[in-house]
Amino acid sequence: MKEKYPIIMAGIVLGIMSILLVLQGNPANMGFCIACFLRDIAGGLGLHRAGVVQYLRPEIMGLVLGAFVSALFFQEFKSRGGSSVLLRFTLGAFMMMGALIFLGCPLRMILRIAGGDFNALVALPGYIFGIWVGTLFLKQGYTLGPAAEQPQSNGLVGPFLSLGLLLLVVMAPAFIFFSAEGPGSMKAPLLVSLAAGLLVGFVAQRTRLCTMGAFRDLLLFRDYHLFSGIAALFVVVLAGNLLYGFFNPGFSSQPVAHSQDLWNFLGMGIVGLAAVLAGGCPLRQLILTGEGNADAFATILGTILGAAIMHNFGWAASPKGVTPGGQIMVIIIWILLLVIAWAVTRQAKKYLDKKKTEISSDFGA
Amino acid sequence: MKSKFIDCCGLSCPEPVIQARKAMQESGIGEVKVRVDSSAARDNVSRSARALGWQVQINTENDRYLVTLTRS
Repeated sequence: MKEKYPIIMAGIVLGIMSILLVLQGNPANMGFCIACFLRDIAGGLGLHRAGVVQYLRPEIMGLVLGAFVSALFFQEFKSRGGSSVLLRFTLGAFMMMGALIFLGCPLRMILRIAGGDFNALVALPGYIFGIWVGTLFLKQGYTLGPAAEQPQSNGLVGPFLSLGLLLLVVMAPAFIFFSAEGPGSMKAPLLVSLAAGLLVGFVAQRTRLCTMGAFRDLLLFRDYHLFSGIAALFVVVLAGNLLYGFFNPGFSSQPVAHSQDLWNFLGMGIVGLAAVLAGGCPLRQLILTGEGNADAFATILGTILGAAIMHNFGWAASPKGVTPGGQIMVIIIWILLLVIAWAVTRQAKKYLDKKKTEISSDFGA
Repeated sequence: MKSKFIDCCGLSCPEPVIQARKAMQESGIGEVKVRVDSSAARDNVSRSARALGWQVQINTENDRYLVTLTRS
Protein backbone atom coordinates (compact mmCIF):
# COMPACT_ATOMS: atom_id res chain seq x y z
CA MET A 1 0.00 0.00 0.00
CA LYS A 2 2.79 2.36 0.96
CA GLU A 3 4.23 2.37 -2.54
CA LYS A 4 0.85 3.58 -3.80
CA TYR A 5 1.01 6.85 -1.81
CA PRO A 6 2.89 8.82 -4.51
CA ILE A 7 0.57 7.76 -7.35
CA ILE A 8 -2.49 8.53 -5.21
CA MET A 9 -0.99 11.93 -4.38
CA ALA A 10 -0.44 12.54 -8.09
CA GLY A 11 -4.11 11.77 -8.76
CA ILE A 12 -5.14 14.15 -6.00
CA VAL A 13 -2.90 16.96 -7.32
CA LEU A 14 -4.23 16.46 -10.86
CA GLY A 15 -7.79 16.49 -9.51
CA ILE A 16 -7.33 19.68 -7.51
CA MET A 17 -5.67 21.41 -10.46
CA SER A 18 -8.49 20.30 -12.78
CA ILE A 19 -11.08 21.88 -10.50
CA LEU A 20 -8.95 25.00 -9.98
CA LEU A 21 -8.54 25.55 -13.72
CA VAL A 22 -12.31 25.37 -14.27
CA LEU A 23 -12.85 27.83 -11.42
CA GLN A 24 -10.28 30.09 -13.05
CA GLY A 25 -11.96 30.08 -16.45
CA ASN A 26 -11.33 26.84 -18.37
CA PRO A 27 -14.43 25.26 -20.01
CA ALA A 28 -16.58 23.01 -17.81
CA ASN A 29 -15.22 19.51 -17.17
CA MET A 30 -12.09 20.66 -19.00
CA GLY A 31 -9.63 21.64 -16.31
CA PHE A 32 -7.31 19.43 -18.25
CA CYS A 33 -8.00 17.82 -21.60
CA ILE A 34 -4.85 16.86 -23.42
CA ALA A 35 -6.61 16.17 -26.72
CA CYS A 36 -8.66 19.38 -26.59
CA PHE A 37 -5.64 21.45 -25.63
CA LEU A 38 -3.43 20.01 -28.37
CA ARG A 39 -6.30 20.62 -30.80
CA ASP A 40 -6.49 24.22 -29.54
CA ILE A 41 -2.74 24.56 -30.11
CA ALA A 42 -3.15 23.23 -33.67
CA GLY A 43 -5.80 25.93 -34.08
CA GLY A 44 -3.67 28.63 -32.46
CA LEU A 45 -0.97 27.89 -35.02
CA GLY A 46 -3.55 28.13 -37.81
CA LEU A 47 -3.23 24.45 -38.77
CA HIS A 48 -7.01 24.32 -38.69
CA ARG A 49 -9.42 27.25 -38.88
CA ALA A 50 -12.17 26.23 -36.47
CA GLY A 51 -12.44 29.67 -34.89
CA VAL A 52 -13.89 28.49 -31.59
CA VAL A 53 -11.00 26.21 -30.64
CA GLN A 54 -7.80 28.19 -31.11
CA TYR A 55 -5.47 28.93 -28.21
CA LEU A 56 -1.89 27.99 -27.36
CA ARG A 57 -2.88 26.30 -24.10
CA PRO A 58 -0.07 26.92 -21.60
CA GLU A 59 -1.07 23.77 -19.65
CA ILE A 60 0.48 21.66 -22.41
CA MET A 61 3.79 23.50 -22.35
CA GLY A 62 3.70 23.34 -18.55
CA LEU A 63 3.22 19.56 -18.61
CA VAL A 64 6.19 19.02 -20.93
CA LEU A 65 8.43 21.47 -19.10
CA GLY A 66 7.38 20.25 -15.64
CA ALA A 67 8.29 16.70 -16.67
CA PHE A 68 11.51 18.02 -18.22
CA VAL A 69 12.61 19.76 -15.03
CA SER A 70 11.66 16.74 -12.94
CA ALA A 71 13.52 14.34 -15.25
CA LEU A 72 16.61 16.58 -15.20
CA PHE A 73 16.51 16.94 -11.44
CA PHE A 74 16.16 13.22 -10.79
CA GLN A 75 18.62 12.33 -13.55
CA GLU A 76 16.02 10.52 -15.59
CA PHE A 77 16.34 12.73 -18.66
CA LYS A 78 17.55 10.53 -21.47
CA SER A 79 17.35 11.25 -25.15
CA ARG A 80 15.98 8.19 -26.85
CA GLY A 81 14.01 7.36 -29.95
CA GLY A 82 13.95 5.46 -33.18
CA SER A 83 11.27 2.91 -32.28
CA SER A 84 8.81 2.81 -35.22
CA VAL A 85 8.61 6.60 -35.39
CA LEU A 86 6.15 6.78 -38.27
CA LEU A 87 3.82 4.19 -36.78
CA ARG A 88 3.78 6.18 -33.55
CA PHE A 89 3.08 9.37 -35.49
CA THR A 90 0.15 7.61 -37.18
CA LEU A 91 -1.13 6.16 -33.90
CA GLY A 92 -0.97 9.65 -32.40
CA ALA A 93 -3.08 11.01 -35.24
CA PHE A 94 -5.65 8.21 -34.80
CA MET A 95 -5.70 8.73 -31.04
CA MET A 96 -6.61 12.38 -31.58
CA MET A 97 -9.19 11.58 -34.23
CA GLY A 98 -10.95 9.16 -31.87
CA ALA A 99 -10.81 11.73 -29.07
CA LEU A 100 -12.40 14.39 -31.28
CA ILE A 101 -15.30 12.04 -32.02
CA PHE A 102 -15.96 11.68 -28.28
CA LEU A 103 -14.88 15.28 -27.51
CA GLY A 104 -12.14 14.66 -25.02
CA CYS A 105 -9.09 12.62 -24.14
CA PRO A 106 -9.33 9.84 -21.53
CA LEU A 107 -8.44 12.35 -18.82
CA ARG A 108 -11.38 14.55 -19.77
CA MET A 109 -13.58 11.45 -19.96
CA ILE A 110 -12.85 10.89 -16.27
CA LEU A 111 -13.45 14.59 -15.50
CA ARG A 112 -16.73 14.42 -17.43
CA ILE A 113 -17.91 11.36 -15.50
CA ALA A 114 -17.00 13.13 -12.26
CA GLY A 115 -19.06 16.09 -13.46
CA GLY A 116 -22.14 13.88 -13.95
CA ASP A 117 -21.89 13.60 -17.74
CA PHE A 118 -23.44 10.19 -18.44
CA ASN A 119 -22.28 10.31 -22.08
CA ALA A 120 -18.76 9.84 -20.77
CA LEU A 121 -20.03 6.87 -18.79
CA VAL A 122 -20.92 5.30 -22.15
CA ALA A 123 -17.47 6.12 -23.51
CA LEU A 124 -15.66 4.49 -20.57
CA PRO A 125 -16.61 0.92 -21.55
CA GLY A 126 -15.54 1.82 -25.10
CA TYR A 127 -12.17 2.97 -23.80
CA ILE A 128 -11.72 -0.19 -21.74
CA PHE A 129 -12.82 -2.29 -24.71
CA GLY A 130 -10.19 -0.62 -26.90
CA ILE A 131 -7.53 -1.22 -24.26
CA TRP A 132 -8.63 -4.84 -23.89
CA VAL A 133 -8.30 -5.38 -27.65
CA GLY A 134 -4.83 -3.85 -27.41
CA THR A 135 -3.80 -6.20 -24.59
CA LEU A 136 -4.72 -9.18 -26.77
CA PHE A 137 -2.04 -8.05 -29.20
CA LEU A 138 0.43 -7.29 -26.39
CA LYS A 139 0.02 -10.84 -25.10
CA GLN A 140 0.79 -12.09 -28.58
CA GLY A 141 4.06 -10.18 -28.56
CA TYR A 142 3.10 -6.84 -30.14
CA THR A 143 6.07 -4.48 -29.93
CA LEU A 144 7.15 -1.39 -31.80
CA GLY A 145 10.75 -2.45 -31.22
CA PRO A 146 13.41 -1.06 -28.95
CA ALA A 147 14.30 2.63 -28.84
CA ALA A 148 17.94 3.59 -28.92
CA GLU A 149 19.86 6.26 -27.12
CA GLN A 150 20.27 9.30 -29.32
CA PRO A 151 22.19 12.58 -29.24
CA GLN A 152 20.95 14.71 -26.32
CA SER A 153 19.80 17.47 -28.65
CA ASN A 154 17.21 15.14 -30.19
CA GLY A 155 15.47 14.74 -26.86
CA LEU A 156 15.60 18.48 -26.27
CA VAL A 157 13.46 19.30 -29.32
CA GLY A 158 10.16 18.72 -27.49
CA PRO A 159 11.00 20.78 -24.39
CA PHE A 160 12.47 23.60 -26.51
CA LEU A 161 9.51 23.69 -28.84
CA SER A 162 7.30 23.95 -25.73
CA LEU A 163 9.39 26.89 -24.60
CA GLY A 164 8.92 28.47 -28.04
CA LEU A 165 5.14 28.01 -27.88
CA LEU A 166 5.18 29.57 -24.45
CA LEU A 167 7.02 32.61 -25.80
CA LEU A 168 4.46 32.87 -28.60
CA VAL A 169 1.47 32.83 -26.26
CA VAL A 170 3.11 35.41 -23.99
CA MET A 171 4.06 37.77 -26.82
CA ALA A 172 0.84 37.04 -28.76
CA PRO A 173 2.03 38.13 -32.21
CA ALA A 174 -0.70 38.86 -34.76
CA PHE A 175 -0.16 35.63 -36.70
CA ILE A 176 -1.19 33.48 -33.73
CA PHE A 177 -4.90 32.70 -33.54
CA PHE A 178 -6.88 33.31 -30.36
CA SER A 179 -10.54 32.30 -30.21
CA ALA A 180 -12.84 35.22 -29.51
CA GLU A 181 -15.73 32.91 -28.59
CA GLY A 182 -16.40 29.25 -27.80
CA PRO A 183 -14.32 26.84 -25.72
CA GLY A 184 -11.05 28.26 -27.07
CA SER A 185 -11.87 31.63 -25.53
CA MET A 186 -12.56 30.14 -22.11
CA LYS A 187 -9.29 29.99 -20.28
CA ALA A 188 -7.68 30.35 -16.91
CA PRO A 189 -5.12 33.17 -16.61
CA LEU A 190 -1.90 32.28 -18.39
CA LEU A 191 0.23 32.01 -15.26
CA VAL A 192 -2.33 29.81 -13.49
CA SER A 193 -2.54 27.49 -16.52
CA LEU A 194 1.23 27.31 -16.78
CA ALA A 195 1.74 26.70 -13.07
CA ALA A 196 -0.91 23.95 -13.01
CA GLY A 197 0.73 22.32 -16.02
CA LEU A 198 4.19 22.50 -14.47
CA LEU A 199 3.01 21.00 -11.20
CA VAL A 200 1.07 18.17 -12.81
CA GLY A 201 3.94 17.55 -15.24
CA PHE A 202 6.27 17.21 -12.30
CA VAL A 203 4.16 14.77 -10.31
CA ALA A 204 3.13 12.80 -13.40
CA GLN A 205 6.79 12.35 -14.31
CA ARG A 206 7.62 11.11 -10.84
CA THR A 207 4.73 8.66 -10.70
CA ARG A 208 4.23 7.76 -14.39
CA LEU A 209 0.52 8.44 -14.10
CA CYS A 210 -1.27 7.17 -17.22
CA THR A 211 -4.99 6.85 -17.86
CA MET A 212 -4.43 3.98 -20.30
CA GLY A 213 -1.85 2.16 -18.16
CA ALA A 214 -4.34 2.23 -15.29
CA PHE A 215 -6.77 -0.04 -17.12
CA ARG A 216 -4.17 -1.95 -19.16
CA ASP A 217 -2.25 -3.10 -16.06
CA LEU A 218 -5.52 -4.10 -14.41
CA LEU A 219 -6.50 -6.19 -17.43
CA LEU A 220 -3.05 -7.67 -18.02
CA PHE A 221 -1.67 -8.21 -14.53
CA ARG A 222 -4.45 -7.37 -12.04
CA ASP A 223 -2.08 -4.57 -11.02
CA TYR A 224 -3.93 -1.70 -9.30
CA HIS A 225 -0.95 0.63 -9.02
CA LEU A 226 -1.73 3.16 -11.77
CA PHE A 227 -5.46 2.63 -11.34
CA SER A 228 -5.29 3.85 -7.74
CA GLY A 229 -4.02 7.22 -9.04
CA ILE A 230 -6.90 7.51 -11.49
CA ALA A 231 -9.37 6.48 -8.78
CA ALA A 232 -7.99 9.21 -6.50
CA LEU A 233 -8.31 11.72 -9.34
CA PHE A 234 -11.95 10.74 -9.87
CA VAL A 235 -12.85 11.00 -6.18
CA VAL A 236 -11.22 14.43 -5.80
CA VAL A 237 -12.86 15.86 -8.93
CA LEU A 238 -16.25 14.44 -7.94
CA ALA A 239 -15.92 16.01 -4.49
CA GLY A 240 -14.81 19.31 -6.01
CA ASN A 241 -17.70 19.34 -8.46
CA LEU A 242 -20.19 18.64 -5.68
CA LEU A 243 -18.59 21.31 -3.51
CA TYR A 244 -18.74 24.03 -6.17
CA GLY A 245 -22.12 23.01 -7.59
CA PHE A 246 -20.66 21.84 -10.92
CA PHE A 247 -22.11 18.34 -10.59
CA ASN A 248 -24.92 18.06 -13.12
CA PRO A 249 -26.00 14.45 -13.71
CA GLY A 250 -27.62 13.47 -17.00
CA PHE A 251 -27.15 12.86 -20.72
CA SER A 252 -28.45 16.09 -22.20
CA SER A 253 -27.07 19.62 -22.19
CA GLN A 254 -23.65 18.56 -20.97
CA PRO A 255 -20.81 21.01 -21.67
CA VAL A 256 -18.82 20.35 -24.85
CA ALA A 257 -20.40 16.91 -25.33
CA HIS A 258 -22.92 15.05 -27.48
CA SER A 259 -25.20 12.12 -26.71
CA GLN A 260 -24.56 9.74 -29.61
CA ASP A 261 -23.75 6.65 -27.56
CA LEU A 262 -22.43 4.47 -30.36
CA TRP A 263 -19.93 7.07 -31.51
CA ASN A 264 -18.89 7.95 -27.98
CA PHE A 265 -18.20 4.26 -27.39
CA LEU A 266 -16.37 3.64 -30.68
CA GLY A 267 -14.49 6.96 -30.60
CA MET A 268 -13.10 6.33 -27.16
CA GLY A 269 -12.40 2.73 -28.18
CA ILE A 270 -10.06 4.09 -30.83
CA VAL A 271 -8.26 6.14 -28.21
CA GLY A 272 -7.89 3.10 -25.93
CA LEU A 273 -6.56 0.81 -28.64
CA ALA A 274 -4.25 3.43 -30.18
CA ALA A 275 -2.93 4.35 -26.71
CA VAL A 276 -2.05 0.73 -25.95
CA LEU A 277 -0.35 0.34 -29.33
CA ALA A 278 1.57 3.61 -28.79
CA GLY A 279 2.43 2.79 -25.16
CA GLY A 280 0.67 5.66 -23.41
CA CYS A 281 -2.32 7.98 -23.28
CA PRO A 282 -1.93 11.56 -24.58
CA LEU A 283 -0.95 12.80 -21.09
CA ARG A 284 1.74 10.15 -20.72
CA GLN A 285 3.10 10.96 -24.20
CA LEU A 286 3.58 14.59 -23.14
CA ILE A 287 5.39 13.54 -19.97
CA LEU A 288 7.64 11.17 -21.92
CA THR A 289 8.36 14.02 -24.33
CA GLY A 290 9.66 16.00 -21.36
CA GLU A 291 11.88 13.07 -20.40
CA GLY A 292 13.60 13.25 -23.79
CA ASN A 293 11.61 10.52 -25.51
CA ALA A 294 11.55 11.55 -29.17
CA ASP A 295 9.16 8.72 -30.07
CA ALA A 296 6.58 10.13 -27.68
CA PHE A 297 7.07 13.55 -29.22
CA ALA A 298 6.46 12.04 -32.67
CA THR A 299 3.19 10.69 -31.26
CA ILE A 300 2.28 14.19 -30.05
CA LEU A 301 3.08 15.68 -33.45
CA GLY A 302 0.77 13.02 -34.87
CA THR A 303 -2.04 14.19 -32.60
CA ILE A 304 -1.62 17.73 -33.91
CA LEU A 305 -1.94 16.49 -37.49
CA GLY A 306 -4.97 14.42 -36.43
CA ALA A 307 -6.63 17.52 -34.97
CA ALA A 308 -5.99 19.51 -38.12
CA ILE A 309 -7.43 16.72 -40.30
CA MET A 310 -10.55 16.38 -38.16
CA HIS A 311 -11.37 20.08 -38.17
CA ASN A 312 -10.28 20.90 -41.73
CA PHE A 313 -12.37 18.08 -43.20
CA GLY A 314 -15.35 18.65 -40.91
CA TRP A 315 -15.00 15.26 -39.22
CA ALA A 316 -14.63 16.49 -35.63
CA ALA A 317 -17.74 16.04 -33.52
CA SER A 318 -19.50 19.02 -31.96
CA PRO A 319 -22.22 19.28 -29.32
CA LYS A 320 -24.60 18.67 -32.26
CA GLY A 321 -23.08 15.23 -32.75
CA VAL A 322 -20.83 13.33 -35.13
CA THR A 323 -20.92 14.23 -38.83
CA PRO A 324 -21.39 11.47 -41.45
CA GLY A 325 -17.76 11.94 -42.50
CA GLY A 326 -16.67 11.53 -38.90
CA GLN A 327 -18.70 8.33 -38.60
CA ILE A 328 -17.06 6.85 -41.69
CA MET A 329 -13.64 7.80 -40.35
CA VAL A 330 -14.33 5.99 -37.07
CA ILE A 331 -14.94 2.76 -38.96
CA ILE A 332 -11.89 3.27 -41.19
CA ILE A 333 -9.61 4.03 -38.24
CA TRP A 334 -10.83 0.97 -36.32
CA ILE A 335 -9.98 -1.20 -39.32
CA LEU A 336 -6.59 0.45 -39.83
CA LEU A 337 -5.68 0.08 -36.14
CA LEU A 338 -6.51 -3.61 -36.22
CA VAL A 339 -4.47 -4.06 -39.40
CA ILE A 340 -1.49 -2.24 -37.85
CA ALA A 341 -1.74 -4.25 -34.63
CA TRP A 342 -2.02 -7.53 -36.53
CA ALA A 343 0.84 -6.76 -38.91
CA VAL A 344 3.19 -5.55 -36.16
CA THR A 345 2.37 -8.53 -33.94
CA ARG A 346 2.97 -10.96 -36.78
CA GLN A 347 6.39 -9.53 -37.45
CA ALA A 348 7.25 -9.20 -33.77
CA LYS A 349 6.75 -12.93 -33.33
CA LYS A 350 9.44 -13.59 -35.89
CA TYR A 351 11.70 -11.01 -34.23
CA LEU A 352 11.23 -12.51 -30.77
CA ASP A 353 12.09 -15.97 -32.07
CA LYS A 354 15.37 -14.63 -33.36
CA LYS A 355 16.18 -12.53 -30.31
CA LYS A 356 18.75 -14.24 -28.24
CA THR A 357 17.79 -15.35 -24.78
CA GLU A 358 20.58 -16.81 -22.79
CA ILE A 359 19.71 -19.61 -20.48
CA SER A 360 22.36 -20.75 -18.10
CA SER A 361 21.89 -23.65 -15.79
CA ASP A 362 23.58 -22.22 -12.73
CA PHE A 363 22.83 -19.15 -10.62
CA GLY A 364 25.10 -16.14 -10.50
CA ALA A 365 26.26 -16.51 -14.07
CA MET B 1 16.46 -24.59 -11.31
CA LYS B 2 17.49 -22.59 -14.32
CA SER B 3 18.36 -18.94 -14.72
CA LYS B 4 17.11 -16.90 -17.63
CA PHE B 5 18.40 -13.61 -18.96
CA ILE B 6 16.20 -11.16 -20.87
CA ASP B 7 17.46 -7.98 -22.44
CA CYS B 8 14.67 -5.40 -22.48
CA CYS B 9 16.78 -2.31 -23.13
CA GLY B 10 14.93 0.21 -25.25
CA LEU B 11 11.58 -1.50 -24.79
CA SER B 12 8.86 0.53 -23.16
CA CYS B 13 6.44 -0.77 -20.59
CA PRO B 14 4.54 -3.03 -20.35
CA GLU B 15 6.75 -5.11 -22.66
CA PRO B 16 9.55 -5.74 -20.11
CA VAL B 17 6.92 -6.74 -17.54
CA ILE B 18 5.18 -9.10 -19.96
CA GLN B 19 8.49 -10.75 -20.89
CA ALA B 20 9.61 -11.01 -17.26
CA ARG B 21 6.30 -12.55 -16.20
CA LYS B 22 6.42 -14.99 -19.09
CA ALA B 23 9.88 -16.09 -17.98
CA MET B 24 8.83 -16.38 -14.33
CA GLN B 25 5.96 -18.63 -15.34
CA GLU B 26 8.15 -21.01 -17.32
CA SER B 27 8.63 -24.28 -15.54
CA GLY B 28 11.97 -24.95 -13.94
CA ILE B 29 13.03 -21.32 -13.88
CA GLY B 30 14.29 -20.18 -10.47
CA GLU B 31 15.92 -16.93 -11.44
CA VAL B 32 15.20 -14.31 -14.06
CA LYS B 33 17.62 -11.50 -14.85
CA VAL B 34 16.07 -8.59 -16.72
CA ARG B 35 18.19 -5.81 -18.11
CA VAL B 36 16.30 -2.54 -18.61
CA ASP B 37 17.38 1.01 -19.33
CA SER B 38 14.67 3.09 -17.71
CA SER B 39 13.69 3.54 -14.11
CA ALA B 40 10.05 3.10 -15.12
CA ALA B 41 10.74 -0.38 -16.47
CA ARG B 42 12.93 -1.18 -13.45
CA ASP B 43 10.14 -0.24 -11.04
CA ASN B 44 7.39 -1.96 -13.01
CA VAL B 45 9.30 -5.23 -13.36
CA SER B 46 10.19 -5.16 -9.63
CA ARG B 47 6.62 -4.42 -8.56
CA SER B 48 5.22 -7.14 -10.76
CA ALA B 49 7.72 -9.73 -9.48
CA ARG B 50 7.05 -8.85 -5.84
CA ALA B 51 3.33 -9.22 -6.48
CA LEU B 52 4.06 -12.77 -7.67
CA GLY B 53 6.05 -13.43 -4.50
CA TRP B 54 9.51 -13.28 -6.06
CA GLN B 55 12.52 -11.59 -4.49
CA VAL B 56 13.99 -8.61 -6.28
CA GLN B 57 17.56 -7.37 -6.41
CA ILE B 58 18.61 -4.37 -8.47
CA ASN B 59 22.10 -3.66 -9.73
CA THR B 60 22.89 -0.42 -11.51
CA GLU B 61 25.25 -0.73 -14.48
CA ASN B 62 26.07 2.74 -15.76
CA ASP B 63 22.64 3.99 -16.85
CA ARG B 64 21.13 0.54 -17.09
CA TYR B 65 19.66 -1.72 -14.47
CA LEU B 66 19.98 -5.45 -14.01
CA VAL B 67 16.92 -6.60 -12.11
CA THR B 68 17.43 -10.04 -10.66
CA LEU B 69 14.27 -11.90 -9.71
CA THR B 70 14.56 -14.99 -7.54
CA ARG B 71 11.82 -17.48 -6.76
CA SER B 72 11.39 -17.51 -3.00
